[in-house]
Amino acid sequence: MTSPEDREVELAKIEGALPTSTERAGMFGVTGSGDTSGFSGLQRQPWVELPSERPYGSYFDEVVDALAAAYPSLDDALLKVVVDRGELTLHLRREHLFAVAKTLRDDASLRFELLSSVSGVDYLAREGADGTRLHSVYHLTSMTYRRRIRLEVAVTDADPHVPSVTPIYPTADWQERETWDLFGIVYDGHPALTRILMPDDWEGHPQRKDYPLGGVDVEYKGGASIPPPDERRVYR
Amino acid sequence: MSAPYSPSRGTTEGRVFNVSGGGDWDSVFAGDPLHEERLVVNMGPQHPSTHGVLRLVLEIEGETVTDARLVVGYLHTGIEKNLEFRTWTQGSTFVTRCDYLAPIFNETVYCMAVEKLLGAVVPKRAELIRVLMMEINRISSHWVWLATGGMELGALTAMTNGFRARERCLDILELVTGLRMNHAYVRVGGVAQDLPENAIPKIRDWIKEMDKEVHGVDRLLRGQPIWVNRLKGVGWIGVEGCLALGLTGPMLRAAGLPWDMRKTEPYLGYETYDFDVPTDDAGDCWSRFVVKVAEMRESLRIISQVLERLEQTPGPVMVDDPKIAWPAQLSIGPDGMGNSPAHVNKIMNSSMESLIHHFKLVTEGFRVPAGQVYTAVEGPRGELGAHAVSDGGTRPYRVHLREPSFINLQATATMSIGGQIADVIASVASLDPVMGGCDR
Repeated sequence: MTSPEDREVELAKIEGALPTSTERAGMFGVTGSGDTSGFSGLQRQPWVELPSERPYGSYFDEVVDALAAAYPSLDDALLKVVVDRGELTLHLRREHLFAVAKTLRDDASLRFELLSSVSGVDYLAREGADGTRLHSVYHLTSMTYRRRIRLEVAVTDADPHVPSVTPIYPTADWQERETWDLFGIVYDGHPALTRILMPDDWEGHPQRKDYPLGGVDVEYKGGASIPPPDERRVYR
Repeated sequence: MSAPYSPSRGTTEGRVFNVSGGGDWDSVFAGDPLHEERLVVNMGPQHPSTHGVLRLVLEIEGETVTDARLVVGYLHTGIEKNLEFRTWTQGSTFVTRCDYLAPIFNETVYCMAVEKLLGAVVPKRAELIRVLMMEINRISSHWVWLATGGMELGALTAMTNGFRARERCLDILELVTGLRMNHAYVRVGGVAQDLPENAIPKIRDWIKEMDKEVHGVDRLLRGQPIWVNRLKGVGWIGVEGCLALGLTGPMLRAAGLPWDMRKTEPYLGYETYDFDVPTDDAGDCWSRFVVKVAEMRESLRIISQVLERLEQTPGPVMVDDPKIAWPAQLSIGPDGMGNSPAHVNKIMNSSMESLIHHFKLVTEGFRVPAGQVYTAVEGPRGELGAHAVSDGGTRPYRVHLREPSFINLQATATMSIGGQIADVIASVASLDPVMGGCDR
């Protein structure tokens, strides 16, 4: 039996090794892949999101062109355009988010009337060179043209401010509160940015990657027990 | 800087917080001598007509609601966080517990997202079974809406009839999946097992029964003066309001916009079925009642067509890729459901390689290429979306469900303010929120 401290140290080692390496650690003291079944012949792909080049395909060129026409400083606003698995993602500078969203909603050739979803992702394992790890992700739907696009804004932990789109899309109200609650992204201009899922006096933002899952050992008859899910052996 | 939202005081036992928005009632009253009659009433979180643990903080003057605020989160179980610590396959078991009245939808949208990340194409028969199960689930979910909504408005026969009909739906779901709720039946790559042999004739009988039950709703409620008066002109919200607040599904269709993703952005072959999208134009609770009852009929039409196709489409129900597909089909044994005896016999007695493969796939899981996707299906309450992010590993990096219950509840204030306090109940009932989905 390892003591909780040892386990924590072990866990920290595993966590520290995660982002770039394929090295495994855990039970059995295995080094290398430790795989004898050929199962790991499925190599893990490097985790990078490369900007796409024109032509983007599908309706994506049309959307980006229409946006460029309606929003002249788009070049300045766009960090990169990613087309992956038939979906278009526009990575934006946060200063431009509000104006771009308003253009996307109002321009006759764009007409993204519905903000389907706002959520966050903590890319701790793939932090940007400038320290950006908290991403606020918006899924927009155009009912007029039956199109969907994704907007993404990345901020740092030290300066987690993103302009709120609630004045443009009132449906963002609770969704931004949820993202604040779980990720700690601060939406400037939101009418009442309070916690929504966690209790009001909760500390921390539970969906962040450096926030532990928590849990207790599961005990079985005869004194056997298995550790909680976040302390079990991980396969990466 | 105003007073903190949650004031606290020290006690001998430690610091005690005054939480959840109740602490600012004094400021609500301050400096407003014209509204001395104003009352702040707490409804829920355990009021039977707030659909589970939803809390409404209403400001009322006499019988008129002047402000409505909602407090949610009482049922937050951290499903999205938990997903990040299990394999992709185990994700099915978690998401099914979100909106517990529409488990098949949660599973399907999650699996569609993972399949899109993988680039996997599910077999035709699995697609048909998914459509079949989703439509049965849509009907069962609408029955619960009618039953609980009826009960809240005092129509107790609607409640007993609704739950009776829903029980029949759950019988079918149990027959196919082994469980009444929380099925974990739809899996990445297909479904957990094929339909049992007697399923198709049983579902045919069930369709006849459902026809009668839906007809019974018409006979019981459509001309019933109290029911009509409680619903007509209540909880109005128009198309513009719906779009601004992100309302989709029956709410939007009852306001007059025929937006149904089964038609507008077809998935799982919905474009090949013959069915209509019911709409109405009043945008009130009555319209939502009309639309949802009509939707049950349309779902029955789809189910009849699926059954015909299922009879002509034999074949596997799991993707033909041994590195993704669960190694065995499940079957019912003397001790309940589990891996089929033939498979257990093979891995335990004859094939060491199969055993290793089984072990690796079940404990380690499969790797999903890095990237992010968003998929959406037309759930019983509106657009149910899944945003899945993979870092290339064997566990989801992040999964977010766009839950229509969560989004739709934002409309409560809009529908309630200026109306009677009794109409708040009708409005919330017409939203059909499921707190398990809302709070996740």
